[in-house]
Amino acid sequence: MSDRDIILGKVRRALGTDGGDVGRRAIVIARLENAPRSVIPARGQVSGNERIALFTEMAKRVSASVVRITDRAEIPRAAANYLRDHNLPARIRIGDDPFLADLLWEVTPVEQSHGPSDGSDPAGLSHAVAGVAETGTLVLTSGNDNPTTLNFLPETQIAVVRAEDIVGDYESVWAMLQEEYGRGNLPRTVNLVTGPSRSADIEQTLLLGAHGPKRLHIVVVG
Amino acid sequence: METTSPQFKQNARVALADEQLQKALGNVRVGFIEKRAKAAAALPEFESIRDAARDIKNHTLAHLDLYLEAYEDRVRAAGGEVHFAETADSARQIILSICQRVGARTATKGKSMIAEEIGLNDYLEENGIKPIETDLGEYIIQLRQEAPSHIIAPAVHLTKDQVEKSFRESHTALPEDRDLSEPTELLLEARAILREQFLAADVGITGANFLVAETGTSVIVTNEGNGDLTQILPRVHIVIASLEKITPTLNDVSEIMRVLSRSATGQDISVYTTFSTGPRRPDDPDGPEEYHVVILDNGRSEMLGSEFQDALRCIRCGACMNHCPVYQSVGGHAYGWVYPGPIGAVLDPNFIGIDKAGNLPNASTFCGRCEAVCPMRIPLPNMMRHWREKEFERHLSPVAVRSGVGVWAFFAKRPRLYQWATRVAMRVLANRAFGRGRLKSLPFASGWTRYRDFPAPEGQTFQQRWRQQQASK
Repeated sequence: MSDRDIILGKVRRALGTDGGDVGRRAIVIARLENAPRSVIPARGQVSGNERIALFTEMAKRVSASVVRITDRAEIPRAAANYLRDHNLPARIRIGDDPFLADLLWEVTPVEQSHGPSDGSDPAGLSHAVAGVAETGTLVLTSGNDNPTTLNFLPETQIAVVRAEDIVGDYESVWAMLQEEYGRGNLPRTVNLVTGPSRSADIEQTLLLGAHGPKRLHIVVVG
Repeated sequence: METTSPQFKQNARVALADEQLQKALGNVRVGFIEKRAKAAAALPEFESIRDAARDIKNHTLAHLDLYLEAYEDRVRAAGGEVHFAETADSARQIILSICQRVGARTATKGKSMIAEEIGLNDYLEENGIKPIETDLGEYIIQLRQEAPSHIIAPAVHLTKDQVEKSFRESHTALPEDRDLSEPTELLLEARAILREQFLAADVGITGANFLVAETGTSVIVTNEGNGDLTQILPRVHIVIASLEKITPTLNDVSEIMRVLSRSATGQDISVYTTFSTGPRRPDDPDGPEEYHVVILDNGRSEMLGSEFQDALRCIRCGACMNHCPVYQSVGGHAYGWVYPGPIGAVLDPNFIGIDKAGNLPNASTFCGRCEAVCPMRIPLPNMMRHWREKEFERHLSPVAVRSGVGVWAFFAKRPRLYQWATRVAMRVLANRAFGRGRLKSLPFASGWTRYRDFPAPEGQTFQQRWRQQQASK
């Protein structure tokens, strides 16, 4: 008997069932199919500018910085300003995301390169598929558009999110992703990012920039 | 892992006298307790979310076999492999054989209490593979060859001076005159050293806070981002998790997430909550080529259906130990095995036997703070009492306890004798106190009176005063 059979056997015996119970199966299938929501905090249940304001406030509370621009054409300027204001090298790495393609970087001193990060890039630019107002959280998905390494290796992360993609709660994010990827499917990695990397492992002192980015700058577009 | 739980009393005495430890433990109150209280107060729905989280886990446990099967199907559909391990030994061997097959020399690790439970690090080292802890706290204690003393803050028992000393002793390639007096410098040094290790590792091993049946996804929760670098950079990602981590859907995970970080560190959510499904796909420029999940039983299926089933709801937040007056006084190492604090008192006897871990459920006053703050509403004091009953039934309680209870039982079964004996005892003790109101020493009670005075009775028993009061009405 494999370990798998032994374990499932023990679990079934402990629960007093033999795995053939049709009623139990139906319950499990229903929950996996319907994915019922439980208690959702009222906090995120606001809309329009109030929702953007909540997202912004929550993100700032966890030491991210946030700016809002009206059009994606302003992204290069927003990134250049941030790097300059923090005395950071004017170099940035980007994936293949169409939302970040064909931008006028020439009007800025910023040098861009493309592809996943190997650890030598000082700054990365990603496009978050959504934001969650409940906690100021960004949602980033893996793939050529926004390689996951760009979210973690560079010291500075600049993340762009469309105002209309900022939702109120986590449950809305899953609904959105399931619609795009199909029921029961997710991309290889979904990162929920809330603020820059931190650790309090040394005498409970909160420090930023443990292993992930030390700085997170969020650009809300629209 | 070897246990020193039978020496708990001795461990506790050493811990109480350890000044550096006491200084470090002082940080626990502000670091964890106040922050949790603030976070809970700031979320009006906190209590109803606790109820919902408990209900989700109870539902899952009642259908665990079916959710395990559903989870396994989804992982396979995403191109991952699932390995079931009934014992710690089985799990170790599975992980080793994966590492050997790919010719791994080093393996970076995210923080995993399960890996601790099965003694993975020592086993890998014995077999020529170097495990490298990447969580800052775990890295520090790995340098010091210590075990974690807390389930989410493994180095909470250390002061920054101790950390500096360890770094200087281990990072010998760096200049001796460098400044390491502040935590920031220590962090920067660890970041640089570990960054090299992340990039060079052949295998990355993480735990999982949740295994999602709906999509075949493993979820990790970190603040540092170390778990993410561990799992996306190497060629192979191995997840090791125990079977009660299975959670039905992403919405269920979202709900439980809301009480996890708030209960653990007082954050609304941790910095990085990462959902991983299978190995890299055709359009992924990064990520592991192989994705393995090792699902460990190691005694948990035995807890199912028993009076300890509720402990399987635990999401490893650490709130119970943060609030426990015993843990706050002696720290985690005194408990002597993988899980300290109240949850340790309930789990450890299950893993290493009540004969070895008996001291742990007895190291409690049942004040109930643990249960009050547990996000999953686990009745911890109740379960500690179950263990005490089992200990008593198996005649494992110390002789003094058994005889003491025996003597008390003799009198309690004879009410008139009981009343007479207590009347005499109260008068004797009252006289002995000479009107001072307290007794500095008592025969047979030196365990108490060595550290505090015993309040002196005023001369009458409760029953005597009651009768008097009733008579004068």
